[in-house]
Amino acid sequence: MSDEAVAGVRRLSNAYQNWYRFSRNPTAMIGLTIVIVCILAAILAPLITPYPEHVGAVVNFRARHLPPSAEYWFGTDNVGRDIFTRVVFGLRVSLLLAVVVLGTAIPFGTVLGLLAGYYGGWVEIVIMRVTDIALAIPPLVMALAVAAVLSPDLINSMMAIAALWWTWHTRLIYSITRQIRTQEFVEAAETLGAGRFHILFREILPNCVSALAVKTSLDCGFVILVGASLSFLGLGIQPPTPDLGTLVASGASFLPDYWWESVLPGCAILFLALGFNLLGDGLRDLFDVEDVR
Amino acid sequence: MTRPMLEIADLSKSFPVRNAFGRTVGEVKAVDRVSLRIERGCVYGLAGESGSGKSTIARMIMGLTPPTAGDIIIDGESVVGRGGRSGVKAQMVFQNPGSSLNPRRTVGQSLSVPLAAHGHPRDDRQRRIGELLEMVQLPADFSQRFPHELSGGQKQRVAIARALAVAPKLLVLDEPTSALDVSVQAKVIDLLVDLGRRLDLTFLFISHDLSLMRNFAQEVGVLYRGRIVEAGDTARVFENPQHDYTRLLLASVPVISEEEERLRPAIPLIDGEIPTAEKLLALRQGAAGTETTTEVHGS
Repeated sequence: MSDEAVAGVRRLSNAYQNWYRFSRNPTAMIGLTIVIVCILAAILAPLITPYPEHVGAVVNFRARHLPPSAEYWFGTDNVGRDIFTRVVFGLRVSLLLAVVVLGTAIPFGTVLGLLAGYYGGWVEIVIMRVTDIALAIPPLVMALAVAAVLSPDLINSMMAIAALWWTWHTRLIYSITRQIRTQEFVEAAETLGAGRFHILFREILPNCVSALAVKTSLDCGFVILVGASLSFLGLGIQPPTPDLGTLVASGASFLPDYWWESVLPGCAILFLALGFNLLGDGLRDLFDVEDVR
Repeated sequence: MTRPMLEIADLSKSFPVRNAFGRTVGEVKAVDRVSLRIERGCVYGLAGESGSGKSTIARMIMGLTPPTAGDIIIDGESVVGRGGRSGVKAQMVFQNPGSSLNPRRTVGQSLSVPLAAHGHPRDDRQRRIGELLEMVQLPADFSQRFPHELSGGQKQRVAIARALAVAPKLLVLDEPTSALDVSVQAKVIDLLVDLGRRLDLTFLFISHDLSLMRNFAQEVGVLYRGRIVEAGDTARVFENPQHDYTRLLLASVPVISEEEERLRPAIPLIDGEIPTAEKLLALRQGAAGTETTTEVHGS
């Protein structure tokens, strides 16, 4: 067998061992299942929902305020649209928000954290003090401010959250880098003539990956909650496109008689955030064992 | 006479002591005007207890810590003030093999760092890695393993292979065996002796283990509180130590035979115990109090 093939088999067996330990953790598996189901549902929404046309401005007054039934799983809203369909489509907005916010915040925060932790001195002072200032602003307040100045829509809200979310990643990566920088393998790489780029991204960053994976997974849940709060306040995506937060908000005016209109979309938010949190906890358990090994 | 491989002249390093407000209130002299000279192909042993400045000297040679004063000349070239990179002439094997290899990178990836940094052609790296592993008597397929899959001795061999990758002339060994089992220690030392002969290496061997040094080093320097208190030919220093601190170090080596017992220098016992270095030196300077001392042979 060639060296490449041997390497492949070894990597595969390592991955398999990790998967085996992960799959023995029931809560982690529940979390993973929820996340996968939600992502698939969001992608396949037009195919799996019973009334895909109800996403838009459809009116069917004969079927308004119907309770959950076999025909309408989550009941219908005040203009007779199927709430289940709108919830599944609402997942798309929540997941998109999480991907965009974390997709910008993680690379940005990670690079800043690595730089601050590795170089120290004035680089550290500048980066970490700016981080502290940004940490002091609640994302929700920032989003409200941005919406007030610009206009209340999804893009602006995402920008506002992403502009603050990187701070947590900077803090995390900074503290890990500080620990790793003094380890002998970093000094060894320095004496062997490795470049700064190599040391930062090939020696230090791989040691941050497990912490980053846990943080990201837990963050997905939080970002989704913040996003839902924003659209509940009317700062998210604008009607008629459904969003979980907007659904809760519009259903809230018909409480308690037509409870399903806000409670069931609310449960969907809970379900999604719970899934990511369980997944994050499971990953943390997995990596804790690995680090002890 | 040929040019020495390593020459250190009046090397000093002091660390500032700061108070709670960040104001410098004093300094600790970690290394104090140390001079030494290692000839080509020699093994120089630097002995001393923890905190005596051994590792600081190693770090200064490697450019990891800038010296406060003095000069370091490796193979005729001064390395002081070169921006912290000592180049390819000197390489270092670190004390703890557990932390000197990146836990997230395979042995092969770790070994390719020096190759990539010094422009070794990409398609030849795999072959060179195999060659390096063979040099330290490890099978070539170890390149796919992660450090946690190796024993301490194997890790230290990988660390040695990595240091040799850039074909250095001087190898600085900072307590290379202190984290290993005694049986593994001997094998690693044998390997180093063998490599030194084959690759024409010069060693600076830093250790507190005097019995190891007696077998391995041709010359020794004894470091106490940042100063070399005694230096010279290994056999001469060990048989006839001139400085009390050297005697104390030698007397502290555990022995198992009568013959070894006779080689031990005589040191005074304070209250029936081997004294600490500070107490002994104070005693010799006549500053000792009323403690009862007895001159005995060995302990």
